[in-house]
Amino acid sequence: MKHIRQLEDQSVYILREAYKNFDNLAMLWSMGKDSTVLLWLARKAFFGHVPFPLLHVDTSYKIPEMIEYRDRLAREWRLNLIVGQNKKALAEGMNHTKGRVECCTALKTQGLKQLLEEKGYTGVILGVRSDEDSTRAKERYFSPRDKNNEWDFRDQPPELWDQYKLSFPPGTHIRIHPLLDWTEINIWEYIKLENIPFLDHLYLDQGTGKRYRSLGCAPCTTPIDSTAKNVDEVIIELRNTKVAERAGRAQDEGRGMEQLRKDGYM
Amino acid sequence: MTVPTTRPNNPPPDNAIRERMNIVIVGHVDHGKSTLLGRLYADTGTLPIGKIEKIQAICKQQGKEFEYAFLFDAFLEEQQQGITIDTARTFFSWGGRQYIIIDAPGHKEFLKNMVSGAARAEAALLVIDALEGVRDQSKRHGLLLSMLGVKQVTVVVNKMDLVNYREDTFQAIEKEYREFLTQLNVIPQYVIPASAKQGINITQPSPETPWYTGPSVLDSLAHFHLESKRTEQTLRLPIQDVYKFDARRILVGRITAGKLKIGDRLVFSPSNKSANIQTIEAFNLDPPPTQAEAGQSVGITLDEQIFVERGQIATHEEARPLVSTRIRANLFWLGAKPLEIRRPYVLRLATREVPCEVATIHRIVDATNLDDRHTQATVKRNEVADITLRTKSPIAFDLYAHFETTGRFVLVDEYDVAGGGIITELVQDDQEDFRTEARERDSAWVKGDVGAEDRAQRYGHRAAVVLLTGPDTTAKGFLARKLETVLVGEGRHAYLLAPENLQRGLDADLVDTKPDEIIRRFGEVVRLLTDTGSLVISTTNALQLPTKQIVQTLQTLVNPIPVITIHMAKELIGPQPDTDLIFAGPENFDDCTHQIIALLKSRGLLAEPASSRSDSQYSI
Repeated sequence: MKHIRQLEDQSVYILREAYKNFDNLAMLWSMGKDSTVLLWLARKAFFGHVPFPLLHVDTSYKIPEMIEYRDRLAREWRLNLIVGQNKKALAEGMNHTKGRVECCTALKTQGLKQLLEEKGYTGVILGVRSDEDSTRAKERYFSPRDKNNEWDFRDQPPELWDQYKLSFPPGTHIRIHPLLDWTEINIWEYIKLENIPFLDHLYLDQGTGKRYRSLGCAPCTTPIDSTAKNVDEVIIELRNTKVAERAGRAQDEGRGMEQLRKDGYM
Repeated sequence: MTVPTTRPNNPPPDNAIRERMNIVIVGHVDHGKSTLLGRLYADTGTLPIGKIEKIQAICKQQGKEFEYAFLFDAFLEEQQQGITIDTARTFFSWGGRQYIIIDAPGHKEFLKNMVSGAARAEAALLVIDALEGVRDQSKRHGLLLSMLGVKQVTVVVNKMDLVNYREDTFQAIEKEYREFLTQLNVIPQYVIPASAKQGINITQPSPETPWYTGPSVLDSLAHFHLESKRTEQTLRLPIQDVYKFDARRILVGRITAGKLKIGDRLVFSPSNKSANIQTIEAFNLDPPPTQAEAGQSVGITLDEQIFVERGQIATHEEARPLVSTRIRANLFWLGAKPLEIRRPYVLRLATREVPCEVATIHRIVDATNLDDRHTQATVKRNEVADITLRTKSPIAFDLYAHFETTGRFVLVDEYDVAGGGIITELVQDDQEDFRTEARERDSAWVKGDVGAEDRAQRYGHRAAVVLLTGPDTTAKGFLARKLETVLVGEGRHAYLLAPENLQRGLDADLVDTKPDEIIRRFGEVVRLLTDTGSLVISTTNALQLPTKQIVQTLQTLVNPIPVITIHMAKELIGPQPDTDLIFAGPENFDDCTHQIIALLKSRGLLAEPASSRSDSQYSI
């Protein structure tokens, strides 16, 4: 498990750099396996404390178990949880039938943007990983976003050794990605190693021959065929699969992800 | 054209992961880096289902031949232009190792992206086009790899199909490039003839090159070894932060070399403070650790409350880092604006951040001709130079030849990291003798049971030096006395020490006036007073030296106690010295006194208001 501890050490270092250098810092938590591992790493880095707020952009279409799990951990781990929602778009009836990219843009990208603007965060920590899709593979650990939240992937700042981009012009913010070097398997290996509580009813086969591999909104996320009933079986399954992790996520189709991410999607 | 086939004809990889390694693929633009990577994945059967089909559809849509490179050149623009713009991380597991293979762009315009990718790597595959041969970026990337600390290199001579797999063509390129690498003290592990497009020597030896007996590209990866020697070095722990979330005061940081264990005596540079490790803190680890080694992000507590802040380097006493305000370094510059002498930059070395400027540009190193070393007034983007830097305050560091992480730095220009460097030499500054004296004195100091932290808690303030500078007859003495009176009136331990007071006593043996010895003795007396926890107030004229020299020497001798400088002038004309406060012909000395006290509070030297952030070093 030495390779997992190496990843942990690197992520903890990044989290501590973020905490030291950003006065108004927050972490996104979607309750999925990745951002929950990220939350656990924060508890590692700060010795059981989480010294910044956790943001959840609630599209209102999440699977109900996720919300229950969110509120339970927030209570048990004494988290400062802030929930944001694009209420205007919801009131106007936004949903996935109006177009998946349109729905994600309104409820997630715009929902996040509203929350960031309202609270004036200058650093936002996210659990994205390089192996999820090929635009995320090109991210920096500390990645600037301009005033419109946009990602200028044509001109990213250099990132040398462990020296990250810590200063930025007013009105812009930095996205911080401590999990870039982790793979999906590494996430599960770490969940097992640290015994991290996760949404087992969704991520493991409950006897139906299906489980979720990636969690999103209920209408746009489909479970995969799987008989993995515990974390060990998930790891074995992943070692032998060639199906992409986000194959069950509708918004990734075509060039959806490149456009979404350029505009500020996580 | 070749038809893409997924041919998992190799034995399935042993998929239990034992270790991980980062590898970067570099080389001149269009020499086939992304294609090599794509082929490696395709021929080992490690691509996700549907990936090739997805790329085929995109190529068809654009009316292009199938390109393996599109597997990783994810951006629409990259695919349209057929080049890699930014570094991509890709994951590849083989033979019990989890590789992150970093595909770096070869175009000169994107050198900063190549550097960002290579800086994360432990080993490199350097790709050279057999038809084009060794080009500018082949050399520039080679030079940068050696500066970035990537010592393991395998060279892939690609597109051998375009030269009919001729051995002599391959050998000529091998000879030329080996000679170039030799000048950089790099010996390639292998030089492999290959064709990524045709799949030759990628995953297995191919009959097209019967004269080649070495490994395939895939097999060569296993010959890169993991770095392990850093734990064998002496300890380097750059302090990242100090936490007080609960009763524990935890120092955190990542060990960059060596090992530590509970009970070890640590000394912090450049402050020279020392204490023993009491505990190693960890979350969700039972039992808690008793030791730690290079690579680990740790938290420790000390048996004594000493002054420690981000940027200091903890080591064992017998193997301390170097300390100076001047360093000589090889630097590569990536900034949009050229590097200029006397322009302000921020130097970041491990966790230390300090303002700096370039004192000298000795010469420019031309990557394409290492013997040609010309001088230039500035260093332009993508150039490498040999320079001397001057930092505003002393920094702890190592030579790069001895310690990797504490021997290198980046320069920040405005908001961006704009260059990186490796330290080749310590350049002595005029404080060297005083610094040695302070270090030796502190190291031999016999301490009582009451520490600086205890005194601060008790007195409601920390020790500091307030120095009033400026020309004669600006009423510095008057303000100094007033400040002392007000502070003592508030119950603070403040003391006005006029330098003249040493003349007939401590300095009575100095027959001739020796300014260096006078300030040395004055500095040592100030140091003693600050050790009692006092706020020492003084003026400077009697010391008969330039103000800058007085301030620097006092800073060196009382280090790490802060020296606050207040400049007094009759009127503000011309450039003013870089001080904490400036008063011009003040009329209201009560107001001046309050401003100084407010400054001391804002620096956390006087209690109230307690800082809102728990990690403020001076919060009481």
